[in-house]
Amino acid sequence: MPNEPEPIRHFRLNGRNCAVPAADHTLLVETLRETLGHVGTKQGCDGGECGACTVLIDGVARLACLTRTGECEGHEIETIEGLAAGGRMSRLQRAFHERLGTQCGYCTPGMIMAAESLLRRDPHPTETAIREALSGNLCRCTGYVKIVEAVLEAAGAG
Amino acid sequence: MTATRTEIFSAGIVEAGLGTVTREIPAGEPPPWPPNAELTWIGKDVPRLNGRDKVTGATRYTVDVRLPGMLHARFLRCPLPSAELRKLDTAAATALDGARAVIALARPGDRLRYAGQPVAAVAALSPGVAAEALAAIDAEFRPLPFVVDMDEARAPDAPLVYDEASAPKGNPSGFPAAPGLPVVGNVRGPAVVRRGDPAQGFAAADIVVEGEYRTQVQTHSCLEPHAIVADWRADGLTVYMSTQFTSGVRQELAALFGLPLNRVRVVVDGMGGGFGSKSQLGVYGRTAVELSRLAGLPVRLALDRHEEQIDAGNRPGTFQRMRLGAKRDGTLTALAIESHGTAGVALGAGIGFFAERIYTCPNFETLQHDVFVNAGPGCAMRGPGNTPGAYGLEQAIDTLSERLGLDPLALRDRIDPSKARREERRIGAERIGWSRRHKPGADPGAVKRGMGVAQSLWMSNVQTNVACEVRVLRDGSVEALSSVQDIGTGIGTVMAQVVAEVLGLRPGDITVRIGDTEFPPGGPSYGSRTTASITPPLRTAATRVLAELGREAARMLNAAPEELEAREGRIRVKSDPGRSLAFRDAAALLRTDRISAVESRADDYPGFRRRMPDAAMAHEDLGGVQFAEVAVDTETGAIRVERVVAVHDCGRPINRLLLESQVQGGVLMGVSYALLERRVMDRRTGLMVNADLEHYKLAGVHDTPEIEVVILENLQGNSATDAYGIAEPANIATAPAIANAVYNAIGVRLTSLPMTPDVVLAALGKTGRS
Ligand code: FES
Ligand code: FES
Repeated sequence: MPNEPEPIRHFRLNGRNCAVPAADHTLLVETLRETLGHVGTKQGCDGGECGACTVLIDGVARLACLTRTGECEGHEIETIEGLAAGGRMSRLQRAFHERLGTQCGYCTPGMIMAAESLLRRDPHPTETAIREALSGNLCRCTGYVKIVEAVLEAAGAG
Repeated sequence: MTATRTEIFSAGIVEAGLGTVTREIPAGEPPPWPPNAELTWIGKDVPRLNGRDKVTGATRYTVDVRLPGMLHARFLRCPLPSAELRKLDTAAATALDGARAVIALARPGDRLRYAGQPVAAVAALSPGVAAEALAAIDAEFRPLPFVVDMDEARAPDAPLVYDEASAPKGNPSGFPAAPGLPVVGNVRGPAVVRRGDPAQGFAAADIVVEGEYRTQVQTHSCLEPHAIVADWRADGLTVYMSTQFTSGVRQELAALFGLPLNRVRVVVDGMGGGFGSKSQLGVYGRTAVELSRLAGLPVRLALDRHEEQIDAGNRPGTFQRMRLGAKRDGTLTALAIESHGTAGVALGAGIGFFAERIYTCPNFETLQHDVFVNAGPGCAMRGPGNTPGAYGLEQAIDTLSERLGLDPLALRDRIDPSKARREERRIGAERIGWSRRHKPGADPGAVKRGMGVAQSLWMSNVQTNVACEVRVLRDGSVEALSSVQDIGTGIGTVMAQVVAEVLGLRPGDITVRIGDTEFPPGGPSYGSRTTASITPPLRTAATRVLAELGREAARMLNAAPEELEAREGRIRVKSDPGRSLAFRDAAALLRTDRISAVESRADDYPGFRRRMPDAAMAHEDLGGVQFAEVAVDTETGAIRVERVVAVHDCGRPINRLLLESQVQGGVLMGVSYALLERRVMDRRTGLMVNADLEHYKLAGVHDTPEIEVVILENLQGNSATDAYGIAEPANIATAPAIANAVYNAIGVRLTSLPMTPDVVLAALGKTGRS
């Protein structure tokens, strides 16, 4: 049987209009990584367990591995690639870099997006709020100590 | 004979007072470095040089590699814990539109020994087509009796995982895997290590302590899965692989596929963790290359999380029986351990090395056994052997100290010969406030607090098959090259610090090119050996390049080359710093566009304790002492680790920021091991029931205690940098420190991992209530 052409989905990606084919079952993480080549967003599990795929949808942290691309129609998506506007690291990125919030760095894009979502709604969060916001993001390397310090520093600098 | 010269090195623990040691060293080696306080970049907090790429999503991991025409591969895996393959027909899969290569990894009649064992593999135009092709394979499995529980596997009537002829003969990555051990039923061993006369030692003891300890199977759970992109071409093979050992994988590939080494290239840029599980080529690596060879196109093979959990390595589970004999004053008279451990269908579950080395004890014996079960093969994981071994022994020592009425630190002062750990105990006790520690179970109230201590030991490993290159280009730019890979620890930054220190530049001025076998062989990122192996030859190479540059500069400055030094971006006359040249201007004097020096790892100056073909062990082991403070809720059974003080040594520390991060990560992996992680096998189905990251619990940000890290500067005059590793020591002491703290809190000893709330409640006699 002939393959139906996949419907075109329209959304904004890191501030730009984006039109991309995606079947109804296609996940946002696949569209970002496979179709659009935005491989900064990572995948660490078989669905919803590690937080590595965290992106912002309309400014709120969401798991791209549990979101269908079709649901993104008309929405605003931000990924790690969009944070360094004009090539300048955001305050969170700078803090993760300087305070060594990374080891292998595989969890880092998801961590930073989860923290970004928090700082947008709560620019001066408590440490408890930070831990709450990052509680869905696993890191196997760092022990989280410097990750939390980095977010605290970024919040202080904000 | 190579020419030598005599040098005097600062030696000792800087924090405790330095002395000197005189060494005869090869004439080509650079002069001794002073303590870190007198150096510019060594021992300082230098943020990761490639950190910008990591935080902007620009780092390319193996899973991100996309090559033109790349195919996607998947495994067909055995669905049963034990089976005979009755039929394997791949014709329909091969014929499928979009399938490009199909290979069988087992033949009809073959015995399959664990659920998840690869049976066949396909490569297709897309992941979707690959899944269809898998479904089109006609495979039939005849179920056979199986056993997944180690205790059941030891029973005389247990189903056999192997017969004696088929049992694996050895395993280079674990203990006790000595060849030639007997196999009886599912039990292989014992591997015996003995010194002195244990029976006499126990007879001479005033007090004997016995204990049984059990540790679970832990999975590595690297966030980036095992992944490879293999690109087989007529003129050679290039492999992009998430690996801890590029040059080792290259050797394996060359041998396996009959290729000359210069036609095999292994590349890794970003690497999302390994912890021991990505040390070899593996079945998945071999399979991807074979598929690429057959299809004539690049092939990507990345495991999903389920596959990671069932067939990507694990830390063996163990059962340990310990007996300790001591005199009233604490002196050990005898130590005997009998252990059984299981690495599934593989070998390497021994635990005895820790006990063999850490305490002074004249009479010693270990009997270690591997028990086969129908589960995925174990492999080395962060402190293999020592991590479970420390869980048992460090609790036994704690028990002994109580029975002797001695403080656990005082007992260790008596029996532990390590100078570094003595200092670490002193510093750690002060930081944690050891004097506040109460008697076991003395905390009133439902939530009981306690404090515990445990120690670490790991070999100071050195890879001797290691080289690196330093280049200076005529515009003054500098490159450091090696095939060494950065698995997350930041070795590239460490390399830049070393070169910058020698050349008088900043770390950011050095372009580090690593993770590619086109460069000199950098050795593996396992065994906590990377820094120890690569920094000495790197310093030597940088020193040689500088000497060459210095000859040009000396002419210009009307000075002798030996009168010059490189500082703050300039080459200057030591006695008259005003007479100087910018490094860049000195480089402009070069006759050629580029000068370079390649150096390989020299032996440690005092030689090595032990040598292997490509590696060696330095004389002094790595130490480490960790203190934990816990709160145990006696109503819910929940243990909360509130604080850990981790005091460690790694020779000369090169980058404290990176070291701290590794220790924090090692501690949290230890918390996770102590309280949460456990591979659960269903005895009835033989399948892993928590093969994901939801039911297999990893410590999250809420589980992180306050972690205070202290790193000693322990100078030994052993090499051009005197630096050793830290990754494994950081993980070894944590679980027993927590266990000892829990005992101190509730006055009841927990002897099995993980120490979950139900275990705590059962120990408190509260099972069934709540
Ligand atoms: S990939 Fe793990 S939560 Fe999305
Ligand atoms: S830095 Fe490796 S998983 Fe977080």
